[in-house]
Amino acid sequence: MNGPRKAAANSPVHDGRWTPWIYLAPALTVLAALLVYPVYQLGLISFLEYTQAQVSGGEPTSFQGLGNYTELFADSQFRYVLLTTVVFAAACVTGTLAVGCTLAVLLTRVRALPRLLLMLAALGAWATPAITGSTVWVFLFDADFGPVNRVLGLGDFSWTYGRTSAFALVFLEVVWCSFPLVMVTVYAGIRAVPVEVLEAAALDGASNWRTWRSVTAPMLRPVLLVVTVQSVIWDFKVFTQIYVMTDGGGIAGQNLVLNVYAYQKAFASSQYSLGSAIGVVMLIVLLGVTLVYLRLLRRKGEVL
Amino acid sequence: MKLAVRTGAAVAALAMAGTLLAGCAPSTSQGGAGEDAKSGTLRVWLFREVGNKPKERVVDGVVRRFEKQHDGVRVDVQYIPVDSRAEKIKGAFNDPSSAPDLIEYGNTDTAGYVRNGGLADVSAEFGDRSQASDTDRAAKESVTVDGKVYGAPFFVGVRALYYRTDIFDDLGIEPPGTLAEVASAARKIRAERPELYGLVVGGAYTYGAMPFIWAHGGELAKKSGAGKYTATIDGARAKKGIAAYTDLFGEDNCPAAKCAGMGGNDNVEAFAAGKAGMAVAGDFNRQAMEDGKVKDDYAVLPLPGTRRGTVAPAFAGGNNIGVLKSTSHRTLAVGLMRELAGKATQRKLFDAMGFLPTFTDTRAQVAKKEPFVEPFVKTLDAGAKSVPVTPAWAEIDAGLVLPTMFQQIAGGKRGVDEAAGEAAEKMDKAFAE
Repeated sequence: MNGPRKAAANSPVHDGRWTPWIYLAPALTVLAALLVYPVYQLGLISFLEYTQAQVSGGEPTSFQGLGNYTELFADSQFRYVLLTTVVFAAACVTGTLAVGCTLAVLLTRVRALPRLLLMLAALGAWATPAITGSTVWVFLFDADFGPVNRVLGLGDFSWTYGRTSAFALVFLEVVWCSFPLVMVTVYAGIRAVPVEVLEAAALDGASNWRTWRSVTAPMLRPVLLVVTVQSVIWDFKVFTQIYVMTDGGGIAGQNLVLNVYAYQKAFASSQYSLGSAIGVVMLIVLLGVTLVYLRLLRRKGEVL
Repeated sequence: MKLAVRTGAAVAALAMAGTLLAGCAPSTSQGGAGEDAKSGTLRVWLFREVGNKPKERVVDGVVRRFEKQHDGVRVDVQYIPVDSRAEKIKGAFNDPSSAPDLIEYGNTDTAGYVRNGGLADVSAEFGDRSQASDTDRAAKESVTVDGKVYGAPFFVGVRALYYRTDIFDDLGIEPPGTLAEVASAARKIRAERPELYGLVVGGAYTYGAMPFIWAHGGELAKKSGAGKYTATIDGARAKKGIAAYTDLFGEDNCPAAKCAGMGGNDNVEAFAAGKAGMAVAGDFNRQAMEDGKVKDDYAVLPLPGTRRGTVAPAFAGGNNIGVLKSTSHRTLAVGLMRELAGKATQRKLFDAMGFLPTFTDTRAQVAKKEPFVEPFVKTLDAGAKSVPVTPAWAEIDAGLVLPTMFQQIAGGKRGVDEAAGEAAEKMDKAFAE
């Protein structure tokens, strides 16, 4: 085995040093065009003064250094929105994972027909576009015409008026539209656990909980990792639900999250540079969270 | 070998970054065309209104006559949706080659468009225009930035007090003569008909709230030098007006839980659906009322001021027509603008669309023909006001500074002093930029 490979590496014709890069080239080119370039532009604009006046040539573009960032962090509303976003995203991720995993386990325990129905219901939620889902939820919880208030006997209670109740409403919608991915993925993961291992655990007299904790969960860890990271990214970047359900950030901006705030800055008031700076901050936060998470898992000896 | 690969990759990355740096800085439009052709195609963008046909007919008439008078000139009119106008017009400023020569635009956008370098200065042609002397003062101000003229007023829109004649009769309420009477009438209606809002209000209905501030002698901001403004929303009189408006949010008139989130359209809808005894709404909302439940049961009067016999200054809304800086047919474009915004066209547009003319004499003529517009014309003649003419206004508007203030007070989260102080701070920050 060792001999021929060495010979190939040394041969002047098949010099392998560029081979991986050649294979990678198409993917790298696409990545560079679709990922690196926009991120580069985002970063660049965040260091400039770049508003509509600069875009349409009314005023010259000027370099601001970290000016946009100092402005952002001096803005108490931005800090408040950043904190809100982190807390809200954490709640959404926890909720989504809890519901998704519970239902995945449930799927493995029920008969074919209820399983099919549950799957169909989940796929329905999954396939609904965020804007449609949000609009329907707002209607369901409408103070005057919503069926939920009627069923619960809440009278004309307005869900979107209070800060907490508005966030709770959005939380429910976010969990509703994002649990199916978790459920399906985790369900597939559970199905991939070899029956022999589970049988062995059963023969050893392990309880259900013990089997989950010591056998299934560790084997599911890579799957859980993927869905967690994905949920973190999605929920941190939530836009549509907040924008639609709280009418662009709620009463007096009480339900603003970063993405909606960035939209307000970048597009509604054409301060593209400030919006970009918010985008960069979000990127860094997300990268940070993901890296720390990967790090933690690796320390536990997980091969990824 | 590994090292070589790494260096290679690094060089490639650097080279790539280099080309990016050189070639792909964020784009900036190159602006003006510098040419003034006397023939060719003139492109015009006007707003597409609800029920746009009559407008098209009037404009077609003007355009055909213009084409006949100018040899080799074709005019291409496009109607752009009002909802996406901001994006369209931004796009036009960014790409002069596909931009129109003439646009219709909302009058609060003037200063922003001028700073963006999008509108051409037409002071030379319009500064001493004979017709200009009859132009409404607020309308004239809305095309003027730093003493220069950037377009012609096309029509004005103004809000007044709609009220339910049937309910007023049933409850024996007289049409209110002061703002205090408006409030007491509102509370009486709510007390007697708890399913209705007395006067429907909205935390996000800035243009409905401004007359309360102005009626109490307050101002949003005052001019402090050329193009410079200082917020005065936290002045004593302005705060009185803010308090008068936010007092209307409550169980005894319009519960904050429902009304704090409302905007102007919500108010119009509520009144049209028969859910309110009174509403502040525009002359341009007439059709919505006619299509609603209240059809035969409403009347309009100017929103009264604090003293009997006065009118609360209304917000002078409306649209202007302007020539784009990038036009390559400047003379022709200005000529067509003169026709489109002229008295004859405005009179026809009033007949077709109900747009109020910007010329006081033309307006007086049409008011005689159509009694519905009388309260609106009275409101305008009493002196309507506009928002500060500065590009910062777009940012204040987009940052929801005033709605936030009203909503905080209406929801009981902040007192008037605190909320107005915060709003003033945010406005000053925007003005300073």
